[in-house]
Amino acid sequence: MIWNSASDFFAMGGYGLYVWGSYGVIAACIAADALIAIKRHRAARAALAANGENT
Amino acid sequence: MATLRFFTFASPARFYALAGTLIPWFWIAAALLAAAGLWIGFFQAPTDATQGDAYRIIFIHVPAAWLSMVLYLVMAFWAAIGWAFNARLASMVARALAPTGAMFTFCALWSGALWGKPTWGTWWVWDARLTSELILLFLYLGYMALVNAIDDTRRADQAGALLAVIGSINVPIIYFSVKWWNTLHQGATISTTAAPKMVASMLTAMLLMTLACWACAFAVVFTRTRALIVEREREARWLNEGREGAAA
Repeated sequence: MIWNSASDFFAMGGYGLYVWGSYGVIAACIAADALIAIKRHRAARAALAANGENT
Repeated sequence: MATLRFFTFASPARFYALAGTLIPWFWIAAALLAAAGLWIGFFQAPTDATQGDAYRIIFIHVPAAWLSMVLYLVMAFWAAIGWAFNARLASMVARALAPTGAMFTFCALWSGALWGKPTWGTWWVWDARLTSELILLFLYLGYMALVNAIDDTRRADQAGALLAVIGSINVPIIYFSVKWWNTLHQGATISTTAAPKMVASMLTAMLLMTLACWACAFAVVFTRTRALIVEREREARWLNEGREGAAA
């Protein structure tokens, strides 16, 4: 095993800020990209449904 | 008229249904591949002799950088197909690719800055590789701004295609920049002509993370394409018939 403890793992040999800063921001970016796309699809379907009821 | 309509909308209709079926599977694949990649990357791959644990940024930096370049070429390809053959689905796919491509470009630059600081001593240098990758981000943003600025959808798609195709010259420049210029950025980690310069566990983690990013990209791009189809093909009969069935 590379890591002796959980704190050892999170410290990343002193580079924790850089390593977790990379992974954290990228995970947030991917999640945001996905959520914006899902919301846009839902909004488009909702607009279509509302339009269908009016006509 | 009815037959014309059918043929005009057949492709987006079929794609809409197919993408809807595939999206959950892409997410499952992304989760499993990322879990496996992160496990190997953080618990199996050894600490680097010279860079310590800072090198572990590679497992997300390289996949993000690869995707940023390949997604651009895919975007330019579909934009060109949409332009040349007036294929509406192709133009929609091109538009759907742009935000995800821009996101991965930003991620490559961000993780690169956070990797550069501890290893090079600087967040940023105007090195050929970094500068050309920054230009890639501006090309994505420029494409998005251009297609959104023109109201006429077909004209917007054509103008976007022109920009995307011309901009694709930047991708080989990014790729070969480390060979053509003396850059601070290191050379290619993986090449088809030489044996990998890294431990097998590191390579495995990087490839698994790349596949995970691909699965994510497919899921998000397909979702955005579905949104674009609904927005654009509002009058299409298939969308209004059996709305519940198609909503899944």
